[in-house]
Amino acid sequence: MKFSVYRYNPDTDNEPYMQAFEVETRQGMMLRDALMAIQEQDESFTFRHSCGEGVCGSDGVNVNGSNKLACITPLSELKETVEVRPFPGRPVVRDLVVDMSQFYAQYKKVDPWLIRKEPMPEQEILQSPEERDKLDGLYECIMCGCCSTSCPSFWWNPDKFLGPQALLSACRFLADSRDQASEERLNSLEGPYKMFRCHTIMNCVEACPKGLNPTKAIGHIKAIMLKDAI
Amino acid sequence: MALEKQRFDTLILGAGGAGLNAALQLANANLKVAVVSKVFPTRSHTVAAQGGVNAALANVLPDNWHWHMFDTVKGSDYLGDQDAIEYMCREAIPTVYELEHNGVPFSRLANGKIYQRAFGGQSQNFGGDQAARTCAAADRTGHAILHTLYQQNIRAKTHFFDEYFAADLIRDQEGIILGALVLDIATGEPLLIEAKTTLLATGGCGQVFRTTSNAHINTGDGKAMILRAGLPLMDMEFFQFHPTGIAGKGMLITEGVRGEGGYLINKDGERFMEKYAPNAKDLASRDVVARSIVTEVRGGRGCGPEADHVMLKVNHLDEEVIAKRLPGIRESSKIFAGVDPVKDPIPVFPTAHYVMGGIPTDRFGRVMPTSDDDGDHLPGLYAAGECACASVHGANRLGGNSLLDILVFGRLAGKNIIDYVRDNPSHRPLDEASVSSAMDRFNKWDAKGDGITVSELRKEFRKTMEDHAGVFRVEDMMQEGVEKVRAIRDKLADVRLTDHSKTFNTNRTEALELENMIDVGLSIAVSALHRKESRGAHSRPDYPKRDDAEWMKHTLYWREGDKLEYKGVRSQPLTVESFPPKERVY
Repeated sequence: MKFSVYRYNPDTDNEPYMQAFEVETRQGMMLRDALMAIQEQDESFTFRHSCGEGVCGSDGVNVNGSNKLACITPLSELKETVEVRPFPGRPVVRDLVVDMSQFYAQYKKVDPWLIRKEPMPEQEILQSPEERDKLDGLYECIMCGCCSTSCPSFWWNPDKFLGPQALLSACRFLADSRDQASEERLNSLEGPYKMFRCHTIMNCVEACPKGLNPTKAIGHIKAIMLKDAI
Repeated sequence: MALEKQRFDTLILGAGGAGLNAALQLANANLKVAVVSKVFPTRSHTVAAQGGVNAALANVLPDNWHWHMFDTVKGSDYLGDQDAIEYMCREAIPTVYELEHNGVPFSRLANGKIYQRAFGGQSQNFGGDQAARTCAAADRTGHAILHTLYQQNIRAKTHFFDEYFAADLIRDQEGIILGALVLDIATGEPLLIEAKTTLLATGGCGQVFRTTSNAHINTGDGKAMILRAGLPLMDMEFFQFHPTGIAGKGMLITEGVRGEGGYLINKDGERFMEKYAPNAKDLASRDVVARSIVTEVRGGRGCGPEADHVMLKVNHLDEEVIAKRLPGIRESSKIFAGVDPVKDPIPVFPTAHYVMGGIPTDRFGRVMPTSDDDGDHLPGLYAAGECACASVHGANRLGGNSLLDILVFGRLAGKNIIDYVRDNPSHRPLDEASVSSAMDRFNKWDAKGDGITVSELRKEFRKTMEDHAGVFRVEDMMQEGVEKVRAIRDKLADVRLTDHSKTFNTNRTEALELENMIDVGLSIAVSALHRKESRGAHSRPDYPKRDDAEWMKHTLYWREGDKLEYKGVRSQPLTVESFPPKERVY
């Protein structure tokens, strides 16, 4: 199978270029396997990866124009020549490795931890199965960055717009019956940029390898705000 | 350029469950703590743990920590230290409640309490009916826990060194650890972190085997650093092969599948675990189930065109149960096995999963440097989680006890470090000789010219480990394995990097990892060769019986001269009576 892979090493290259590789495929092979095979051919080729099963979120790349996790993307689903690039809109460190620090900074801005004001009980805080169900579709995020780096609003304002990943996380805590900081959370999302730069383009939904729906989460936050306003 | 240095009260190597739970205690106590991780913290392999964490909460069936303790001692095939096991099983309960308070989205029961499922090796009343002790967040418990701990560490303002690779420990003439030499992967620059205390929480080493459920990062870095620092590893011959990896691939299918009612069948559709473990059947201990699968396949009863695996049947379960309790497994099976478990059984075979052995510690997480039964710990050095050996798992770990181990001992190490730093408030003088020897090892990879590539030698090494130190082990095969791994260690000198640039050089980090894996692999091969009995995961057809008179003892391995010494099992618990060794049947 033919691949065209983005290369850039700031130590040696003046500018990025695409390099052709050919990989012998076998049944059930994933894109990560192909990238590892390319690395065997050229050990200077660099990309992040770890668990190989879609839970650690390391190996998000842009393949044939879409953001995907390499380890759970079957080669059989990809059109040849497979074009592999780093995530769009992020500074490239080297080859497929991008600088994700802005993405992580936005995550931290939503205070992504459970806030309780009451003293803790001796045992667990009780939560009904129905209340717990509200976290499904929110807590499973693996922070791979496929969504935020596919979002045009995030490309233009990566420092001001929180991006789909951070907003999904904000919603995860708003939806948690145990959390007691809804008001502060909602207040902190006010203003024209942080959340309201979302123009429901829905690239994030398309890109999420875990089948999550950040646009719906953002809509949910907006609905709570509206309800509170009335 | 002068080597950059930074100072902290505590240095934690590794940002999985153990490292982050320790960091959280320390940051909450306002200590200056540095967490070094070669990947962004939520990429640590704790994230992949599926089934859950054991604690005798008794939310579903009657339970108490003493029964949990019995199961763990029995599961360990009586090689576990009973003081540490008692501590872990008692602490499990407050540890899980603390996690829940921190925000872990556990699945819930109708009464609002944490959902618990049945797992292998669990019993009520010291070997009676099946217990339900594993607290679960669907089949993504590790993910839920790791993300929660990271979130709480952001709140507590823990100082993270993300994508820094720890190369070597720095120590003085007395052997006291002064911190570590680390590498900023993005820039290729070394950094010396000096610390009053160091906690190793670097996780496992499953990458030493070709087929493994472990991530690319699980290369035993902390274990190898300990070996290079002249300290021993304990019980490295005990490596757990998880019964149900996806056949030919190695990705894990949680024991929770069998806990929810799934079972194994051979090519004749026979539920074969009934032969090997008449009572517990598919929920027998992992070593027992893994051996049974291999025995079925070797007996010609395997499935598939190569007859090289068995099937895990789930499709008799309600689709609702699968959707609710095992959503991740359904997803993985579809992606990697091309099978929807709601309709068809999943092809499975044992996969290298977990190392019971590791850096010897006492039940406070302090590193023990000698084989002396009454010996003292090494001041200021701690280890917790899969890189350590407390020893709570002995010869075989029970499912659900791994998340428990990392959380309990990570938390405990954190608490003990707080006391240590209070009593020892100053940094010790730096030992320049130790720094330069670490730098030399690091710089040696600058050598240019033709040689073997990292990936070539890695392939040869991992295949050798799989062929010579797998589920069943016999003398000749292992002797040959040790020689082969030694030869591979010699070949390391001929490995050359093809990439010498500074920026994000994975060729360099993978070479450092390969060096670590080979040292750790040899500790496994040598320790295994010399243990002439079958116990837990160490299964020797040439010595099929457990031999308590001769072998109820821990192995200690030193890198220098591949030296072995032995140390007694601590059979005396803290407050209850000892569980004496019995024949282990399920």
